[in-house]
This record gives sequence, structure tokens and C-alpha cells, in this order.
Amino acid sequence: MDLYSLTLTEVASKIKNKEVSIKEVLDNIYSRIEDVEPKVDAYITLTQKLAYERAEKLQQRLDNGEDIGVLGGVPIAIKDNICTNGVKTTCASRMLENFVPIYDATVIKKLEDAGAIIIGKTNMDEFAMGSSTETSYIKKTKNPWDLSRVPGGSSGGSAAAVSAQMAYASLGSDTGGSIRQPASYCSVVGLKPTYGLISRFGLIAFASSLDQIGPFARTVEDATLMLNVIAGHDKLDTTSADIEKEDYTKALINSVEGKVIGIPTDFINDGINSDVKLAYDNAIEKLKSLGAQVKEINLEYAKYSLATYYIIATAEASSNLGRYDGIRYGYRTKDFDDLDDLYRKSRTEGFGDEVKRRIMLGTYVLSSGYYDAYYKRAQQVRTLIVENFKKAFESCDVIMIPTAPNTSFKFGAHNASPLEMYLEDIYTVPVNIAGLPGISVPGGFDKNGMPIGIQFIAKAFDEKNLLQVAYTFEQNTTYHKEIPTIEEGK
Amino acid sequence: MSVSKEDVKHIANLSKLNLTDKELEKYTTELSDIVNFANELSNIDVDGIKPTAHILDIKNVFRKDEVQPSYDREEILKNAPSKDAGCVSVPKVVE
Amino acid sequence: MKEYEVIIGLEVHAELSTKTKMYCNCSTTFGADPNTHCCPICTGMPGVLPVLNERVVEYAVKAGLATNCEISRFSKQDRKNYFYPDLPKAYQTSQYDLPLCIGGHLDINVNGNKKRIGITRIHIEEDAGKLIHDAYTGDTLVDMNRCAVPLIEIVSEPDIRSADEAVAYMQTLKSILEYLEVCDCKMQEGSLRCDVNLSVRPVGQKEFGTRTETKNLNSFKAIHNSIEFEIQRQIEVLENGGVVHQETRRFDDVKGVGYAMRSKEDAQDYRYFPEPDLAPIVLSDEYINNIKDNLPEMPHIKKERYINEYGLPEYDAEILTSSKKTASFFEKTNSICNNPKSVSNWLMGDFARLLNEKEIEIDESNVTEENLASLIMLIDKGTISSKIAKQIFEEMFETGENAEDIVNKKGLVQISDEGAIKEICQRIVDANPQSIADYKAGKDRAIGFLVGQIMKETKGKANPQIVNKLLLEIINK
Repeated sequence: MDLYSLTLTEVASKIKNKEVSIKEVLDNIYSRIEDVEPKVDAYITLTQKLAYERAEKLQQRLDNGEDIGVLGGVPIAIKDNICTNGVKTTCASRMLENFVPIYDATVIKKLEDAGAIIIGKTNMDEFAMGSSTETSYIKKTKNPWDLSRVPGGSSGGSAAAVSAQMAYASLGSDTGGSIRQPASYCSVVGLKPTYGLISRFGLIAFASSLDQIGPFARTVEDATLMLNVIAGHDKLDTTSADIEKEDYTKALINSVEGKVIGIPTDFINDGINSDVKLAYDNAIEKLKSLGAQVKEINLEYAKYSLATYYIIATAEASSNLGRYDGIRYGYRTKDFDDLDDLYRKSRTEGFGDEVKRRIMLGTYVLSSGYYDAYYKRAQQVRTLIVENFKKAFESCDVIMIPTAPNTSFKFGAHNASPLEMYLEDIYTVPVNIAGLPGISVPGGFDKNGMPIGIQFIAKAFDEKNLLQVAYTFEQNTTYHKEIPTIEEGK
Repeated sequence: MSVSKEDVKHIANLSKLNLTDKELEKYTTELSDIVNFANELSNIDVDGIKPTAHILDIKNVFRKDEVQPSYDREEILKNAPSKDAGCVSVPKVVE
Repeated sequence: MKEYEVIIGLEVHAELSTKTKMYCNCSTTFGADPNTHCCPICTGMPGVLPVLNERVVEYAVKAGLATNCEISRFSKQDRKNYFYPDLPKAYQTSQYDLPLCIGGHLDINVNGNKKRIGITRIHIEEDAGKLIHDAYTGDTLVDMNRCAVPLIEIVSEPDIRSADEAVAYMQTLKSILEYLEVCDCKMQEGSLRCDVNLSVRPVGQKEFGTRTETKNLNSFKAIHNSIEFEIQRQIEVLENGGVVHQETRRFDDVKGVGYAMRSKEDAQDYRYFPEPDLAPIVLSDEYINNIKDNLPEMPHIKKERYINEYGLPEYDAEILTSSKKTASFFEKTNSICNNPKSVSNWLMGDFARLLNEKEIEIDESNVTEENLASLIMLIDKGTISSKIAKQIFEEMFETGENAEDIVNKKGLVQISDEGAIKEICQRIVDANPQSIADYKAGKDRAIGFLVGQIMKETKGKANPQIVNKLLLEIINK
């Protein structure tokens, strides 16, 4: 068996027990990347040099009998919107194509403190705006389950890298579903933690009040290990929750006995693919058979999440992306008449269509005369959605819904209408709007063999319940054991 | 409310983006679609509902007033497309 | 020509004298090499987040309490979005609808008349960077050292009616901020500056005229002159049948002329919205009261105390208390020599003149409180004459030497030995019979001449009272 097909937990233990050297693990993963990456295009930057230097140091420490951390020597991929000191961080945009951060994101420090080795930076939708990774300026990442289809987005590269076994785990960011939806499309585990549980310091902002970093992994256990490492209060992030650190591995209990699973029937009936619905119904039955109590709940405001999301997210984005002006870093146009011309041309040439669309939408909803009708109203509706979830969680432990109404689509399928693409986020955005933790786990396949994800949602900071239910579901199904062919599908 | 071409021109200006005539058409249609979709929120009764400012109940997150070393200037300017005399350089600013 | 009424409101920006910037730990020290007090946070690099400096809140609350404002129990920060090369994030973090302090006032004194000026609000915000014109290349250079240095903006009501009132308001505000030690108020360094909103209207007209905003005035003279200029300009425009345009203006203090800024103001839409990266500021009564209880004595209170406790004239008290440094110098000196009027005279007289000539502040001078006190005590004991004292003071000011050392070194001790003085008096009287005759004929001035001769002989060291007494004794014998 090849090393690359092991889980993170397995490979970490082999390294620790000196069954393999860190260099062997690295050699193996980079050779896997060499084989598969030309077909998948998950990575923007590979960092072999730094990775091998680090591997050597870690191995020395390990050989000296030191504890090199729970992720000691494990190769990890990072979405290219998380700043890495000295390593290009592009946001898959022409604007930042050559941008080299001079500091590390807090999550990078935490991963490295736990012994992880960063092997590369992964592709994404430009500035994390998109649901297919097609808006990347750099390249198109393919779905390992069918290379003619999208991996989902915006963290498509991070999902595809883990799915195609080119990394044991990866980090993504989730503003409206950007971890869970590609996890679902690529049949991996994708966890979006509670807003505030992971420091955003060093995550290049899309929408500040919604963005959250989280892991992709091949199993719930691996995702939990990653969460354990990256969670925790950070003094550099005002919005990071100042709460005591928990050991989430304690939640890895194979039981849902007595757990109440909420099913928002009204919310999930519209426009859902029949294969997805079938997989969802099977999941309900599975949990029931395992002793969970399934209960219908009411999420009457959840359907407004999408409109709320596109107002709040674009408003914040329009402001967050003002700094890309061609002056201190990033793309600067070659020809300009004056300062204003420099601003306009640099931004016009440096940003892609989807980013421009969202900047303009956000500018519109904040502009004089429209603020109350859009931005303020959206924040009021947000309050209603938050209350809605709070109420729902009074009568259930975890809510279960599909991760996406459809499975992965062919490249270009949604080019005609941006709005149609936005509608694909309907099941993921409510979680961001309410700041809750959500996880997508493999839950089946459609007629074409494309993966389907099942999403669990819990109360804020109730990751333990979330992980226990997800773990139990995973341990009692086999979908996560299926491996993609990395070929063109039918 | 729907988005007019004039609106799109105005917001493109505020966003420092240039649009060709074709793009102006395209964005006007697309933004109108999205805004019309977002207008569904106007049906919700939000009277007396407090807007969410922060999803977490946070307040008074402060830092101590203690100096730490700044970064080297070379680092700060490393990514600048144009620099001169230890500064970022831009075309003449007219007041 | 019609008579016009002038309506002025000031927006004063005061850089807070915190050690670090508003949202990061970079130093705020003035005058460093360009871009050396910078980090990813204050230069707005991708991915960074702000964390508010606690002292910014404390200082703003102090300023609010000292200007009789209501302190908001709940306040938040907002983003003001616009593009400019001195603004790295393309938004300035400021406060929009919920500022820290609201609804205060200040009492000012203009030519002996007291007037109350309303304060609309005080909010916290970050400063922008500095743009330097590069004469060689024609480009503009951006120095980000000042980016995100904390400011308070103090917005007055449109209660000001003249240049003199504006200057008095600014002076009063400056002295309060200095007393609070929340701003170093070095106007030449830009740490205290103001924007003037000004309109005129014919007397009797109810509506305000169109106002202009003259930005970034950083001296009392510039404030005064720009206001005089703008009043004249607006009146002339109206008198010639024109209309005043709402615009942003600059004032060239050297040429003494104002001009409209050329930058496009057409699309000014700042799209304020609550800053999602910063938490609300929620202040308890306990927090506010604690600051209130520890506020230093404010200038107008101190002035009253100087009049009552030290028996100083109002004029002296006003001048001494207008600067915290002067007041503290006064109090420390007087605590040693216990002669308030004399200390006051020195501070307002020779000392002030020399400071002015050298263009330095009192705490930058060589003269310490102890030195001035010992000089005064030498006079009070009769060791030196006041005339000699002035000479000694100049030397103290130059060298920082102790008064007694100078006196000893130069042998400037006053001659109070009656025997010695009597002998000199006798000699002068003997040598000037004509003067004696004149005096006896009723010409009192002759005595002055004789005293002058004696002082000349003693190099000014003879005690003048004793000289007078003995001289008259000899002549009248």
C-alpha cells in the first residue's frame, strides 16, 4: 500500500513510531503529486524546498527523542488565501499573482508548532468568490471523480488535493460554504468551525463577519485532529472567541444513541436533485437505525439566508478589497496617465469578472440611499436567522441537511447566470449567516458516480456534538472509503 | 428597486473600476437580477429587530499600549511595484 | 454693502500621545525615517486584523469629560471608504453614528467677554500617512509612519462668529488637551490641527449660507488668517451676485491666500458601515467615574485658585494657567521660594521673552524651578539687586548655571555694608558740590545723578535702599 493513501492519523503514527522517515513520506506525497497533479491542477505553488528543509529538522528532533507534535512530519496543503511568510499567496488573482507575504497567518504558526509540513498552496476561486474554483485567474482545478467537472469552490484546490490523495489534509476557508460544498463535491470531510473559534489573522479577507478557516481531511478523525491544532483564542483577532481550549478528539464516539437530529423539511424541498434527496433520506434512516431520534424542525427564515448573504458578504468585500489599488503591493497597470488612471486600470485589469461583480454589488448596497434598504435590512434579517437557529437548537442537538442541492457540474455550466450559481449555496450559507459550525461528510453518489455530501450543523461552539454525530455516521457508512479514479467521467 | 445603467456607472466609479459599454450592459443585467432577488428581504417585517453587528457577543477587546519593534523597511516595501527613497512611489498627487 | 454674519464650526484633529498606534504595536514617535514605524497591520497588508489600543479609549473619554460631553455607554467603530495613497486599507476606521462622546461645551474668553461654544461630538479615528512631493521625479512618495496613529476629532457646533473666537476656542482646547496630557499639541508637527467650516449670511437671514471647508490648518495664525480671508472672499462673491460653492479648500499661510482643492469631490460617498473586525466599546459607570475622579485640575479652575490662593491678579493667573507646563513650573518654583508675585513676574517677563526669542518651550530651557527659586530668594534676602538679578538670569538661561554660583563667581553680591557704602557716598558727595547745591536749590533730580555715580562706582552692587538712605543723611547733615 502506498503511503499517500493512509489517513493523517495513520501516517502521523508511522512517523512517530519511526516506521517511516519524514523524508519518505514527503518523497511519496510529492511523487503522488507529480503523477496526479497534471490532471487535477489542485496546486498553485508547491514548496518542496522549504518542505524538505523542515522535514530534515523535524526528523532530527524526532531522532533526538523530542515530541514533534501531533501533526509531526505530516504533509498539509494550504488554500492560497492564507498568508505564508516568504511563500507567494495569490488568492488565485492576477492582482496578487506575485504577492509574497512578510508574515505567517496564525493558523500557519499553529500548524507548524504542531509539526505539520506545508507542501503547497492550493487553487481557489479568485478571492474565494465562487462555488466552482472556475474564477481562479491561475488555473482550473478538476474534480478527481470526473475531470470534466468542477471540484466545487471556493476551496476547490484544497478539496481536490485531499480527495486525490495529494495531501493528508488541507486548510480552506468558508464564507458561504467554500469548505463544505467542495468537500461534498469531492467526497472528503470538510469542517467549517464556529465563527470565532479559529483565528482569521492572516486569512485574506473576503467577508470579515462570515469568513472562517477550517480543515479538509479524509476522515472525521483527521479533521478533528486538525481542528484541535488550529482552534484557540488569538490576541491578534478581535473576533476570536476567548474560550477555554477543548480536546475535540474526546467527541470521537461511535454512538448517536439519544441524540436528537433536526430535519428542516420545508427548507430542503425546493429544487433539490433527486439523487441528493435519496442520499439524504438514506442518511436519516441510517441515523435512526443507530438510535438517533429524528425530529422535524422549523427554519422559516433560512430561505432568506442567500439574499442576506449576498448583501452582507459583498458589502464587506467591497471594502476589504479596496486596498488592492496597485500602490503598496499587487498588480500595477503598465500604462497610466495619473493616479486615478492608475487606480482604475490596476483594479480593472487585476480583478476578474466575479470579483468585480461582487465589489460593485457591495458598493451598491452600501451607497448613499440604499444602505437602509439593503445592508441594514440584511443585518436585521440576519438577527432573525440567528434567532431561528437558536430556537431550533432548543429541541435538537444537531441539524442535518444536504450540503448542496446538486452534485458537481461540468465546467462552464453556470457561466450564463451568476445568480443561478449563487443559488447552489442555499444549504451552506445559513450556517455562515448564523456563525455556526457545520461539517460535510461523504454521504453517497449520484447516478453519474459523483459524490454527495451530508451536512451536520450544531450550536455555536458545540463542535463536540457535531463531530460525534458526523463520526458515527461516517463509521457506519462506507462512502468515505471510495477512492476517485482521477479520470474523465461519462 | 432595480439597478440602472447610471447606478452601475456610479458604483463602478466609486469602486475605481472601468467598464466597457458591453460590460456596462452585462453588469446592469446581472446586478439587476441579483438585486431583484435580494428584494425578497423587503417582504420581511423587521420592525424593531436589531441589526446583527457581531455574531459573537463581544465587546471591549483591547490591546495594551506597549511598543513592539516595527518591521524592516525593506520588508514593508518588498511587494511595492514602485518605490523611491524609502517610500512607496505614486504618480503626483494633485490636491 | 449689506452687513454679514459669519458662521463657523471647527473640526479639530488631535493626535493622541499614546506610545503605540491605534491598532498595532508600532511606535508613534514623530520624525522617524520614512516607513520605519510600520508593520503589516498599519500598512494594510492582505489578511491583517486590527486590535484597538485601550489607551485610545481612555484618552478620548478624558477629553470628553474635560469638555463637558456625555460619554457613550455603547459606541462602535465604522469604516469610511475612499481611495487615497495615504490610506493603505482604502478605508479609514472612524466612528459614524455612535461616537464615544457627545454634546459638550467649552467656555472661551474673547477680549474679556465670555462665550460658550457647543461641542457636537468627539470620536476616535486613525490618522493617514504622509505624502511627500518628490521634486526630482515629480512623483509623490508615501511615508506610512503616521498611518493609524490615533486621533480624536472634536467637532464644534457652528457657534463661532469670528476669527478671534475661533482662535480663542482653539487656544482653550489646546490648553485643556495639554492639561489632560492626551495630546502633545505640537501644531507645527501637525499633532493638533483643524478644519474650518465657514459660511456667511446677511444679517437677519434665517437660513445658513453655503459653507466651505478649509482643511488642515496647523497654527493659530493660519486659522486666524484663513478665516479672515474666507469671510472676505465669500462676502465678495455674494456682493458680486455670485454663489458660494460647497467645496474643500486649502490655505497657503505664506502667501496668505486660500484656494479650492482640485481633487474631484463629485463622487463623495463614503459608504460608512460598522467595522466587522472590531468589537463595540461598552463603558461602565465605574470606568467613566474612575477617569472623571482622576482628571487633573483644569485651567479655568486652576486660574481661580491662583487668584484666591496666591493673591495673583486675574491677568497673571490667566497667563500662567494657559499652559500646563508654565503652571506647573510656577507651582514648583513657588513651593520653594514662596513669593508668587515675583515668580509670576519672572515667568511672564524676562523668562517668557527669552523663551520666545529662542522659540523653545519652558521645559526645554536650561533654567530649572530650583534655579529660579534660588534667584528669587537671593533678591528677597537682599543678597543681589533686581537689576543684577536680570543679568544673572540671562546667564542662567544661557548656561543652566545655578544663580548662587554665578553670583559668587562674578562677585555680584550686593553691598549692604553701611560703612562701606557710607564711605563711597561721602566720596561722591565731596566730588560733586554742584549737585549738592542743585539739590538744595530744590532740584530733586540731582539726587538721581548722585545715586547713578555711586552705582557706577560699585558696578551696581550697592543696595539701592541703603544708598538712598545714607546719601540723604550725608547731604542733609
